[in-house]
Amino acid sequence: MSMKKPVDRIAKATPPAFANRVRALSDRAIAWLFVGPSIVLLLAVNIFPLIWTINLSFTNFKANRLRDAEYIGLRNYERILTDVDTWQSMQATAHFLFWTIFFQVLIGFALAYLINKKFKGNDLWTTIIVLPMMLSPAVVGNFWTFLYQPQIGLFNYVIEFFSGVDASSFSMIGSVTLAPWAIVIVDTWMWTPFVMLICLAGLRSIPDSIYEAAECDRASKWRQFWTLTVPMVLPFLMLAVLFRGIENFKMFDLVVQLTGGGPGNTTLLTSIDLKREAFEKWRTGYASAYAVILFVTVFGLASIYVKALNKVKER
Amino acid sequence: MKTSKYLKVTALTAVLAVGAPTAASAEALTLCWAAWDPANALVELSKDFEQQSGIEMGFEFVPWPNFADRMLNELNSGGKLCDLLIGDSQWIGGAAENGNYVKLNDFFEAEGITMDDFIPATVTGYAEWPKNTPNYWALPAYADVVGWTYRKDWFSRPELQTEFKGKYGYDLGEPESLAQLKDIAEFFQGRDIDGKTVYGAAIYTERGSEGITMGVTNALYNYGFEYQNPDKPYEIEGFVNSAGAVEGLEFYKELYDVGAPPGSSNWYMSEDIDAYKSGQVALQMNFAFIWPGVNADPNVGGDRTGYFANPPGPKGHFAQLGGQGISVVANTDNMDGALAYIKWFAQPEIQARWTEMGGASAMRAVVEAPGFSDAQPYNQAFLNSMAIVKDFWAEPAYASLLLPMQDRVHKYVIAGQGTAKEALDGLVADWTEVFEDEGLIK
Repeated sequence: MSMKKPVDRIAKATPPAFANRVRALSDRAIAWLFVGPSIVLLLAVNIFPLIWTINLSFTNFKANRLRDAEYIGLRNYERILTDVDTWQSMQATAHFLFWTIFFQVLIGFALAYLINKKFKGNDLWTTIIVLPMMLSPAVVGNFWTFLYQPQIGLFNYVIEFFSGVDASSFSMIGSVTLAPWAIVIVDTWMWTPFVMLICLAGLRSIPDSIYEAAECDRASKWRQFWTLTVPMVLPFLMLAVLFRGIENFKMFDLVVQLTGGGPGNTTLLTSIDLKREAFEKWRTGYASAYAVILFVTVFGLASIYVKALNKVKER
Repeated sequence: MKTSKYLKVTALTAVLAVGAPTAASAEALTLCWAAWDPANALVELSKDFEQQSGIEMGFEFVPWPNFADRMLNELNSGGKLCDLLIGDSQWIGGAAENGNYVKLNDFFEAEGITMDDFIPATVTGYAEWPKNTPNYWALPAYADVVGWTYRKDWFSRPELQTEFKGKYGYDLGEPESLAQLKDIAEFFQGRDIDGKTVYGAAIYTERGSEGITMGVTNALYNYGFEYQNPDKPYEIEGFVNSAGAVEGLEFYKELYDVGAPPGSSNWYMSEDIDAYKSGQVALQMNFAFIWPGVNADPNVGGDRTGYFANPPGPKGHFAQLGGQGISVVANTDNMDGALAYIKWFAQPEIQARWTEMGGASAMRAVVEAPGFSDAQPYNQAFLNSMAIVKDFWAEPAYASLLLPMQDRVHKYVIAGQGTAKEALDGLVADWTEVFEDEGLIK
């Protein structure tokens, strides 16, 4: 009694009609057969809504009203681009993006560099450091509002302890000058571990032999850091910046919980502004135009960035 | 064969099991409202309806900050979650024009329910659309208004009374004007009471939903702000940004600057309650629904707290209307049951029990009954407040009108950006754009 191979069993189990039909298909047709469902899904879920949004952006459509939409040309775009408040929220977003990425990369890389050195309790510290990013942003936003309370907040007391400034004399989320930094601090606290993990992966991917060769060449630690470590971790760092940039461009929950966009419009990020236009004011046409502008901005910036990333990788 | 038979029986059982609650749901109603104390009282009260009608009541209560978002999405998407909705007064225009609520005129007439039995301001505020016309889309369900609570025990301290009189030249007591209210808030700001630093007044400053608007209007109305030209609807230039309105907005900012606790830049109902109950503030602005809870509070309740209506300003005496009406959602599958609930709820004895259990009836037979004003320490203040109410826009585009007001006012009062005149001029521009979009003005 001969043992049949698994592949023979499968071949035999395949219904002959189907097998014949498949046999009759070209390689290209089979490729389409596999890719087709994904393309249909992509068209339905991404491309169609995008085209529909672009279409709506030229109308005064309101999703909560029964009346028909009218085409109003570029009026929505003109309104958005000439609105001072929109530019303020763009500025608030740019401030938030720049400083969160700056601090997260700086601190994340430093932590990764430290964690990469073998020491006792290394794993425990890694676990402790990554804890914040495991929490829900809504929860983080909520408890930081308590930490920032001038009368009972721990944050204010820590500042008072180190600087001598009266804890109840300043409000991190109530002050126009401090609120933009308040959201930067919380996001940095929460997401620095993510950057650290990516940097750690980069650091651990550098073979020891390279450092050994550098030692043989009598390169100093400082030189090793700048000419070996940094260039080899750079693609990872850039990837971390891309991820954090995309995430923070659409930042919503954390900031809504913390400041609600205030005081005034100081921390009103574009994502919050867009949500209010679309689902609170129900100005669907206007919000669609806003979304298109943001899409073009992010798409443009991301394309430039990805090109730069590829160049770095090629080096 | 046997297996197939068993499968069929199992499938049939499953279908019946799934189908059973669906069949029962025809005799069930879901009432949607905000998640707050009065909602719990309504659950208790509704047990009587369940007994009488045999209809099972379900409830969907949403916390206030998400209430409008959640419920308006539900209505706009044609959802079937709610058979009955106790919706905010400002939603009535949109819900009526978009066909989300059932018009109740014929039903009221058939059942002998008359709007004359309810406080007129609540009928206009909670039930009518268009305003001041006899077109009813709700039954007034919960009468509410912004008013004030104060620490009577602190106010009555002789040393504070002497100091206050020396500083301001009149007795420390319930303020007779908004200017006096500011003096009192300023007097208590940062004061040491029983070894604890306390502050003046917890006021509405919340930015995300409707908070600061519900607060600032109590100052604006009394300084001369008008929503529109009374003789020419939607003409707002010179009314929204009149000299009096500018003064009113400046007053609210001063009140925030000199009398609000540090860090209170985004406070609404619950934050104000917390600040008051924890003994942080001498005065609290809040809707009257919180008064029973304050009265029962072990720390600040009883004789330690007094209540008063929003004080007058130089150009009038008004208070911001709160509260809601109960409506039948047009999409309901149980129209008869929903209408039966409204009929049951409109009975005077049910309305009286509603107030006893922690609700706030708008029925005149209840609030004008002999002994009502003395029944609770806050009842007189409630009646005084209900007599002076004024409400925000209830247009279908109310959210588009509300959000710019939130932004403009918050920017000036809390962030200190620009002037009061610039804020209100900006508001006029925003509202004009909304009216143009809505086709209300050319």
